[in-house]
Amino acid sequence: MAAKRRTDEMRDRVVLGEFGVRNVHTTDFPGNYPGYEDAWDQRRFEEEFRVDVIREEEGTLEFDMVGIDAAIANAFRRILLAEVPTMAVEKVFVYNNTSIVQDEILAHRLGLIPIRADPRLFEYRNQGDEEGTEIDTLQFQLKIKCSRNPQAAKESSDPNELYFNHKVYSKHMTWVPLGNQTDLFPDADFRPVHDDILIALLRPGQEIDVLMHCVKGIGKDHAKFSPVATASYRLLPDITLLQPVEDEAAELLQKCFSPGVIEIQNIKGKKVARVANARLDTFSREVFRHEGLKNLVRLARVRNHYIFSVESTGILPPDVLVSEAIKILMGKCQRFLNELDSVPME
Amino acid sequence: MPEQVDVPEGGCGLVGSARWSRPPWQDLGCHGEKSPCWSRFDGRTCDPVGDLRWSSSGRTEACESSCWRSSWRTVSCEWDPTVEQGKSVRSPPPEDEEAAETTCDELGATPILPPPVLLVKGLVKQHIDSFNYFINVEIKKIMKANEKVTSDADPMWYLKYLNIYVGTPDVEESFNVTRPVSPHECRLRDMTYSAPITVDIEYTRGSQRIIRNALPIGRMPIMLRSSNCVLTGKTPAEFAKLNECPLDPGGYFIVKGVEKVILIQEQLSKNRIIVEADRKGTVGASVTSSTHEKKSRTNLIVKQGRFYLRHNTLSEDIPIAIIFKKCNIRAKFTKRESVKITNLPDTDMGLLLALLVLHAMGVESDQEIVQMIGTEEHVMAAFAPSLEECQKAQIFTQMQALKYIGNKVRRQRMWGGPKKTKMEEARELLASTILTHVLVKEFNFRAKCIYTAVMVRRVILAQGENKVDDRDYYGNKRLELAGQGNWSLKRFKMDRQGVTQVLSRLSYISALGMMTRISSQFEKTRKVSGPRSLQPSQWGMLCPSDTPEGEACGLVKNLALMTHITTDMEDGPIIKLASNLGVEDVNLLCGEELSYPNVFLVFLNGNILGVIRDHQKLVNTFRIMRRAGYINEFVSISTNLSDRCVYISSDGGRLCRPYIIVKKQKPAVTNKHMEELAQGYRNFEDFLHEGLVEYLDVNEENDCNIALYEHTINKDTTHLEIEPFTLLGVCAGLIPYPHHNQSPRNTYQCAMGKQAMGTIGYNQRNRIDTLMYLLAYPQKPMVKTKTIELIDFEKLPAGQNATVAVMSYSGYDIEDALVLNKASLDRGFGRCLVYKNAKCTLKRYTNQTFDKVMGPMLDAATRKPIWRHEILDADGICSPEDAFLIKMLLRQTRRPEIGDKFSSRHGQKGVCGLIVPQEDMPFCDTGICPDIIMNPHGFPSRMTVGKLIELLAGKAGVLDGRFHYGTAFGGSKVKDVCEDLIRHGYNYLGKDYVTSGITGEPLEAYIYFGPVYYQKLKHMVLDKMHARARGPRAVLTRQPTEGRSRDGGLRLGEMERDCLIGYGASMLLLERLMISSDAFEVDVCGQCGLLGYSGWCHYCKSSCHVSSLRIPYACKLLFQELQSMNIIPRLKLAKYNE
Repeated sequence: MAAKRRTDEMRDRVVLGEFGVRNVHTTDFPGNYPGYEDAWDQRRFEEEFRVDVIREEEGTLEFDMVGIDAAIANAFRRILLAEVPTMAVEKVFVYNNTSIVQDEILAHRLGLIPIRADPRLFEYRNQGDEEGTEIDTLQFQLKIKCSRNPQAAKESSDPNELYFNHKVYSKHMTWVPLGNQTDLFPDADFRPVHDDILIALLRPGQEIDVLMHCVKGIGKDHAKFSPVATASYRLLPDITLLQPVEDEAAELLQKCFSPGVIEIQNIKGKKVARVANARLDTFSREVFRHEGLKNLVRLARVRNHYIFSVESTGILPPDVLVSEAIKILMGKCQRFLNELDSVPME
Repeated sequence: MPEQVDVPEGGCGLVGSARWSRPPWQDLGCHGEKSPCWSRFDGRTCDPVGDLRWSSSGRTEACESSCWRSSWRTVSCEWDPTVEQGKSVRSPPPEDEEAAETTCDELGATPILPPPVLLVKGLVKQHIDSFNYFINVEIKKIMKANEKVTSDADPMWYLKYLNIYVGTPDVEESFNVTRPVSPHECRLRDMTYSAPITVDIEYTRGSQRIIRNALPIGRMPIMLRSSNCVLTGKTPAEFAKLNECPLDPGGYFIVKGVEKVILIQEQLSKNRIIVEADRKGTVGASVTSSTHEKKSRTNLIVKQGRFYLRHNTLSEDIPIAIIFKKCNIRAKFTKRESVKITNLPDTDMGLLLALLVLHAMGVESDQEIVQMIGTEEHVMAAFAPSLEECQKAQIFTQMQALKYIGNKVRRQRMWGGPKKTKMEEARELLASTILTHVLVKEFNFRAKCIYTAVMVRRVILAQGENKVDDRDYYGNKRLELAGQGNWSLKRFKMDRQGVTQVLSRLSYISALGMMTRISSQFEKTRKVSGPRSLQPSQWGMLCPSDTPEGEACGLVKNLALMTHITTDMEDGPIIKLASNLGVEDVNLLCGEELSYPNVFLVFLNGNILGVIRDHQKLVNTFRIMRRAGYINEFVSISTNLSDRCVYISSDGGRLCRPYIIVKKQKPAVTNKHMEELAQGYRNFEDFLHEGLVEYLDVNEENDCNIALYEHTINKDTTHLEIEPFTLLGVCAGLIPYPHHNQSPRNTYQCAMGKQAMGTIGYNQRNRIDTLMYLLAYPQKPMVKTKTIELIDFEKLPAGQNATVAVMSYSGYDIEDALVLNKASLDRGFGRCLVYKNAKCTLKRYTNQTFDKVMGPMLDAATRKPIWRHEILDADGICSPEDAFLIKMLLRQTRRPEIGDKFSSRHGQKGVCGLIVPQEDMPFCDTGICPDIIMNPHGFPSRMTVGKLIELLAGKAGVLDGRFHYGTAFGGSKVKDVCEDLIRHGYNYLGKDYVTSGITGEPLEAYIYFGPVYYQKLKHMVLDKMHARARGPRAVLTRQPTEGRSRDGGLRLGEMERDCLIGYGASMLLLERLMISSDAFEVDVCGQCGLLGYSGWCHYCKSSCHVSSLRIPYACKLLFQELQSMNIIPRLKLAKYNE
């Protein structure tokens, strides 16, 4: 019995020790454990696999993905970071830039500004294609000149009052339709996601006049194409009290975890600690610093329970990003299968 | 948030500092009022506005847009998993003041003078003060010393300089039209920032006396921010108008457009007796005398128990007694005749005798000599042989002595002038050249005699007891600055090289570091440890960490933060004061008093002032008067009990620094004072004048009992350190937690900080330097130090806060290599700009031709510009009309690549070994992935614990949205910092649970993870990579050229050659050494073995034995060169198959 429990733990839990993490690797391969049926089974997978959306706010999405292998979960994360396409400024045509921001730096900054444009509406630009067309390019213009405010109070030293247009924001970028784009996207509003990204500072007489070409690209190529601020996952915490913890020890224990993880109940006049919500814990592993407590608790994580967190840059909503990522993975699989099929069997 | 961009954080700090620090030196005036807001000035003229904003707001921007999806930027916003992101992102970092307060609290009761106070003197104030002193005071003294010009031809004629002035910098635009210049104009136009020197003179024309005023006699380069510089007293806004950076320290010159610094030179004190043992262990004394007129070095040596005087104007050593013979006679005071019988062999003695103005003969004189030197048994015994020697030489009178010396004088007769007898010559020499600094009036050698006697006595006392002076002791050193005659002077036959250096503008720190650099006169090549090793008296004066490695190690040093170098001061009032305090003039004494056990000699700047009975009282009263402001605060007084001397110093070049005075076991500076200081009611000057704080030089410091912290004060304590961290210099001050590092690491960082790129000044974009490296997004460090605040490193930073994971990854991180995150690079990490310039001068030639700027050349057929000129505008360059000098600035933007060098602030440098896409990077629970992965093997052998703590403090700071301090001997405590980590749900040790980005599974180890400030160093592969297949060859040897700049070959050196020999790879060897290098076909005559030509042997006049073979050209060259020296190398040829 105990042996089975140990095996189960090895299979399902990543254990956080004081000095290191144990059972890191997935080991439930077919035949690896006697008495376990580990061969992949569609029906069982469908039973066990589930996705629960925990939190969906503007730009961020937290969902649980349960019953899946690390490799697959990681693939989603990697695809989100690097392979879901977006539109970003790729070419900057500088007609005039008398600001102190060097042309290259200006171009770099413009490139990093997320552009609200659904990449699914566009094609990738062909390699070596210098001129953009309406199907693969969005054109923006940034034309701004700083001037003095004649109405400004004489003794003022506040640049906001002294000058007009001395801060160049992303809101100053305007979409210039290419070809028949006005007809293609009759109610489109292509613009930077945020209006208040500071691009440059100007002083009277200085001027920026640039034209930008946005193209479709992926994060692997350059981070500016990445659709997420970050996408990552963590495993669901699993905290077990090995012995009852009472009174002072209980209070101490409570302090060793993130708020809400340990709850103290009053049972027969005794304060007894109980794990209320392990999910909230951030694994500061504070318990291990208390000689008296460290052997009373087992810190572990559920191996196949992934808590995903996707923070979009705002170009696409995070749920769309996730489904795009899934589509991309499916596409890859399909291509792989096709490749396999196309190889003549011997 | 936008507001933050507007007001650079620095603004307020500066105002404050100006208010607090108005030094008395202000009349020489270097720091004027500073206005609060750099941002106030007009933007048209000044890119810097923007530029400085950028630098200070790099982080701000990051916060402004969540779109900046960087991992490295996320560091600043997303550490806290519990706080909602938006909020944490937008919370601005706490005000600097607030942070400062916190640290104040930490350090407890020790009164801490806030930053401005420490910098009252400014970082480069030594240079500026010295130069100010030179152009305002010293130059007039030099003129006074040489004021009269007379003529031998016409004795009635004379020319006299009445006054001399140095004006303000200007340029001569056209004939007789001048206009003031700004330093920046000089830099851009390759001009010298110099001012005219004008004099008032008086001369005779016939019997008339004519006075002419304001005659220009030359030009003087003007030190920036000195009293005559246009920048003095300007506000930051005015600085901006002049295209200057208000943070630039000044203190350098601009010569032909190049910024030059005169390094501080370290020298042995002038006019001080230094007793030391030579290589054989014999003790001697030497004095380097220096006055405005003359410089000379006098040695007192011992040979076979006898004392001799050695001087380079004397052809041989002179017995000391002879010298005395001359000096000792009190011509003016006694009528007694003394008969001296002394030996002549030694020149010194003779000299002395010669000085006797009376007929010095007999017992009395000898007695007098002995009296002066000392009447103790052993002293007399030691001196007796010298007297004997004098006698042997048959020198008894002054005349004889003078004659003797006269014969030994090295002849360097000047042309003209009345002929002098040898005796006169000797007398002259003794009076003016030997021990010049001891004044001799009307050939009254009394003072000089006593001085010589003291020297002899010192040597006698030092013998046996080995009480020699320490040459390396900093009380015996003087630092020479720009104003102190550092450059070559024909008058003194001095010509020193390498005194000025081009100011390194690689980074702000390198410029600052150069201004505090001290170079020693010591030869670099000699392998001695003494002058190179750390001297205890350097404590607090010179930085213990900042010295280069290699040959100049320990010889080049840097000033500590609060060190000040004195300038010369009037000694007249001090002499008066001393005599009022009971110092008796030596000239009135018989000489024997000098050796009384309770009598102390009083020296002023190396000269004997007199004697005092109650030295304790003298010293105490003197100090009280100094604290009360009756004496200049830089006059020092100290007692030397073993030599029974009181030394008063008012000369220039002494190292000194401020201390808090402790009275009755309580520091004079109280919290109330500190409050008033903070509120601006008082300034540091007031502290000085009220006797709360005083400057001590090295000698006086040694005479005091100084407590390091307030709680260590005991009943003997006289002073309290202001702040322990000020014992470090500018460069070492950047290191967080340096007291936790192994000391060489701090030294390495000091060297490396100077190579870090970042910002160099607010005017960086207006400069056209030959080479300039800038960082695209510099950041201020998360873990800062007090020094960083003091020197405004935060406003001109050189580095970025990188999230570092200490783990091994991929194997591309061995040997200190770093793994970088590609996404971080995409987002701007380590991105830098390289500026180079190209210059062109338009010349006019003698044949009436001249250079002219043209538009592009047009192709004859197409009427279009030829392709090389396509880029040019129609006019070739904008408005070239009058242009004479044309400078072009070329720019290149670089993102880090494999092989680029990075370093943390702990002497841990490494090159980038691999660039990894973000998705492959490990990430922690909150989704953060590192910018840099560093191999943990970098730690055990380097023992840079400071870096570990920096990471912890940085992580805690980033979570709390504040900066932590890593100030030396203080700073945020590890315990507190770790508590902060726990509070935010992180591990106490800073080790995080991390998931592999490649497998998606957790890593077995917890990873030490957090932000560390990383510097990008100037060494980049792009500038170094080099390969060649074929290419240029050297003319002489026909071997490939050397070096990347000449597109040279890669050398297969001796050791590589050895390997090939060992391996037996003879054909490879042949190929590398000859065929691919300088193979050459020669015709050799088999008969005579000489080289022939075209199959013909010119020696044998035959072609029958000539065969052709391939040898290295260098070999052929050698043969021919040998032949030219009458050596015939003959080749013996044989068929290889025979």
